[in-house]
Amino acid sequence: MDSALIPRGVKRCPTWQFALWIGAAGAVLLWGVFAMLLCWFKGLNQTNMNDAYGFALWIWADLAVIALGGGAFFTGFLRYIVGKDELKNIINYAVLIGFICYSSALLILAIDIGQPLRGWFIFWHANVHSMLTEVAFCLTCYFGVLTIEYVPLILENRQIDKIPFFHRLGHNMHEIMAVFAATGAFLSFFHQGSLGGVSGVLFGRPFGYREGIFIWPWTFFLYTWSAAACGPCFTILITKITEKITGKKLVKQNVIELLAKISGWMIGTYIIAKIIDTWYWAKVTAPAAGFNLMDFYSNNPFYGIWILVLEIVICGVVPAMILISEKGRKNPAALMTAIILAVLGACVNRWVMVLQVMAVPVLTFENWVMYYPSWQEVATTILPVAYGVILISLSYRYLPIFPQEQELNPEA
Amino acid sequence: MKEEQSKEKVKKFGMVIDLDKCTGCGACMVACMAENNVPFKEDESKKLDSITWLRIYKLTNGKPFPDADICYLPRPCQHCGGKGEHGHSPCVSVCPATATDYSKETGIVSQIYTRCFGCRYCMAACPYHARYFNWWDPVWPDGMEKYLSPNVSVRMRGIVEKCSFCFHRYQLAKDKAYFEGRREIEENEYQTACTQACPAGAIAFGDLNNPKHAVYELKKSSNAFRLLERLQTNPKVYYISGREWVRRAGDNYLKDEKK
Repeated sequence: MDSALIPRGVKRCPTWQFALWIGAAGAVLLWGVFAMLLCWFKGLNQTNMNDAYGFALWIWADLAVIALGGGAFFTGFLRYIVGKDELKNIINYAVLIGFICYSSALLILAIDIGQPLRGWFIFWHANVHSMLTEVAFCLTCYFGVLTIEYVPLILENRQIDKIPFFHRLGHNMHEIMAVFAATGAFLSFFHQGSLGGVSGVLFGRPFGYREGIFIWPWTFFLYTWSAAACGPCFTILITKITEKITGKKLVKQNVIELLAKISGWMIGTYIIAKIIDTWYWAKVTAPAAGFNLMDFYSNNPFYGIWILVLEIVICGVVPAMILISEKGRKNPAALMTAIILAVLGACVNRWVMVLQVMAVPVLTFENWVMYYPSWQEVATTILPVAYGVILISLSYRYLPIFPQEQELNPEA
Repeated sequence: MKEEQSKEKVKKFGMVIDLDKCTGCGACMVACMAENNVPFKEDESKKLDSITWLRIYKLTNGKPFPDADICYLPRPCQHCGGKGEHGHSPCVSVCPATATDYSKETGIVSQIYTRCFGCRYCMAACPYHARYFNWWDPVWPDGMEKYLSPNVSVRMRGIVEKCSFCFHRYQLAKDKAYFEGRREIEENEYQTACTQACPAGAIAFGDLNNPKHAVYELKKSSNAFRLLERLQTNPKVYYISGREWVRRAGDNYLKDEKK
């Protein structure tokens, strides 16, 4: 039925099967939209947030998807600026995943604010001292860049490409894509960093606070570094999941291994910096505020020292070691394990830097406060996942996202 | 008027609370809520989303009878001056929309309700939990709207609010002084509702820079301390207690660390 829209030389599932798949994802999406409307019309009393947890699941989701969407800017940087030409075979997908991650982050932010209709105040009444201001500006600009990077892909659809204007527009946009890749890398450095600064500047919250250089706490640099390190792993993970679902090899192994190798070195260097940062914080910064390291990891039902070990050792040192070694990258099971751990590591880091910061008591006569999200918070956090599944499915079906697909699947 | 204002001395309004006088009666909390049109819920049992600009904490020394001791600690917004008195208090510096402001003229941290869009970054930044989010629109019992203060705007759902040191009273006192041809206001012309309501006289309020005001001397007491001074938030609320364990409860110390 929709065969005229499907790229030449590739095989896609029957329309009914595709419709069922989209229908299932659409149902989840609608559930999320329902929860979103509840939050907008009834207010944030629909959540389990409270005055101790001003930041909770949504801010974590924002920080996590932006870190994982970092694969777009870093892969673009490697492809267009550093000149790693092989990555042209995965850059389209990295851009699409980045586009989904960033649009999701903006949507979640729009739900998360108490007065959504005043959201534009962040631009109009901007406070230059606030990390969130920088996040808002850079995030919006970078989302614009990602849109510009995604548009040429849409223009490559068989039917759209037939129109001479769109054909030439797409071609010309491809020609200047290096400029946007550079712009994206520049903007990403700042907004990834600013997100790190969100908790790093909180000098009233000793668990999150870090010293730094000039106006930037160390978390500024750590967040940028970890996004560049773990973002490509997320791109690989989604590629592997897509290959599993479609039953096809879509990207050659040498491309995956190259990206995994770079990611491994990035995670390795990041985790060294993170260990130094944690050590200095535990030995100097926190004690200056009257806290021992174990004060942050005891006397509560959830946050034990295990979470620090999980973040740094299991989800940091281990994937770095696997991905740096050629043997590790060549072993499919080890490669997948490392990639999943790296993605988990970024998520755990963002979790503790949002949720645990809120949980730790600062006044001596207050106690730890625990939190679990309401179904509305969970639904609105799953909403972007469903939206991502739909956008990836549509893009995969109708756009030539994977340049190597035809070569790798000649039977089609 | 602007020119006249600029000739005024820079003020630093603050509070000194004598914890050894406080009985924990809660009159200050009630006065604060009534004065500032603070909304309340039908069921106030869940305190984590209740709005209490001024909250009284009950502290204990953790010792068994007969050494057990308690202390009630009223905690308004601390109106932090931030590191180096630059006005970069934890909350002011993080607000992305400049909806909270530090006044260099009064030292008061204000909240602009109509500009706040409810991101709650300030709440995450405040170590004193002095900031509260309006999770609901305010609902007043029938007829109570008539008893609301006309000098303080009620707040809508989805924004943050906090203690303002009854700033509207300062404005009223300034207006009165202006019409009477005076430039300065007297100490008793601007007092917060909690200060006036305290039956034990535990709360003193005034200009911390002004030697004529009681707080000027009180804050110099050897028993005076501020909450979480080590974080360098630089609060303008001082506490006094002759009890060492109470003073020590004001901040975090490493095990075996001497104050």
